[in-house]
Amino acid sequence: MSAETTPVNDATSLYDADNPAPVIEAPRKRTGKTPKTTRTNFELYGWLFMRLSGIVLVVLVLGHLLIQLMLDGGVSKIGFAFVAGRWASPFWQAWDLIMLWLAMLHGANGLRTVINDYAQRDNTRFWLKMLLYTATVFTVLLGTLVIFTFDPNIR
Amino acid sequence: MSTPTLDKHSAALDAAEDSDSHTITVTFRIRRFNPEVAAEATWEDFQLELDPKERVLDGLHKIKWEQDGTLTFRRSCAHGICGSDAMRINGKNRLACKTLIKDINPEKPITVEAIKGLTVLKDLVVDMDPFFQAYRDVMPFLITKGNEPTRERLQTAEDRERFDDTTKCILCAACTSSCPVFWNDGQYFGPAAIVNAHRFIFDSRDEAGEQRLEILNDKDGVWRCRTTFNCTDACPRGIEVTKAIQEVKRALITRRF
Repeated sequence: MSAETTPVNDATSLYDADNPAPVIEAPRKRTGKTPKTTRTNFELYGWLFMRLSGIVLVVLVLGHLLIQLMLDGGVSKIGFAFVAGRWASPFWQAWDLIMLWLAMLHGANGLRTVINDYAQRDNTRFWLKMLLYTATVFTVLLGTLVIFTFDPNIR
Repeated sequence: MSTPTLDKHSAALDAAEDSDSHTITVTFRIRRFNPEVAAEATWEDFQLELDPKERVLDGLHKIKWEQDGTLTFRRSCAHGICGSDAMRINGKNRLACKTLIKDINPEKPITVEAIKGLTVLKDLVVDMDPFFQAYRDVMPFLITKGNEPTRERLQTAEDRERFDDTTKCILCAACTSSCPVFWNDGQYFGPAAIVNAHRFIFDSRDEAGEQRLEILNDKDGVWRCRTTFNCTDACPRGIEVTKAIQEVKRALITRRF
């Protein structure tokens, strides 16, 4: 119970009052040198975008799943012809385009938040975000390209 | 006859014995860290006799005064006002001086450790500088323009009610050190700083609300709040912390649109 009987005393040779062990610093702690406000509204718009795109996505994604997987014979009907038929209509082109953009930006912003919350070192944080942005831009551009340049006579 | 005196005496003794039988044996499992001894923190068990109606702080006092004088913790008023003795008791942030033994299941060992997210200096004492830096950064003082009035600045009861909840803060850091965002990133202002900004933003006498909102609009401001309600659960003063943060968010959005 007393300090003498605990194994911590085995380490007395290593540390004493003049040579204390290093304390474990809290990650990225705030100091007087912490940069002051940047005066941008980026985080505000990001926060709002998540709420608004979330509401729209509930309709778009659930509608998409319903049409693709449940109605009219379900998943077995999906084929090249089905997709070609849908994308002949500007309505479904717009639906898919909006869904692609909102879902990708919504997901990317969510992951950006997760990286900001959990990556401790500035370098890790930076490179994870760069990877995320590259992947997002690539997917969004590729998807947009396919929706607009889709050729039903490709076969 | 001496019988009445004897009776009285034995009655007093009975009472003393009675109060003795009220005590129970409690185990305190305390997270000890002393950089002058070892680099790692270790759990240490203490057994002590306590009345279940006593507080965790009484137990810590008993340990420090009777068993191990090296146990280090902060406490000042010991009555829930100064906010010095916030610690993690059975995995929840509480004030040791407001937590009764009977309320936290004394059958099992009671774990006591330092609050998280701040550098532990020794045992239960943490470095509060980053916490107070965030507090300072939201300018927690009355800012006004123009000439000073010749009498006090008056305010209606409704105007006072608007920020009443956030005036209760005692800066114990129980909320900020229960916030998972703050654990991972100390750059986040943390609930306590936002609560104290809220106290002035919604004060009708204060004229720097815009400035404070601008500070909290930053990337380490209110938008990092994940509304996990840890802060509201931890607050020993019962402040609705998450609601206060939400009100600041709403003020920022209504200001913009």
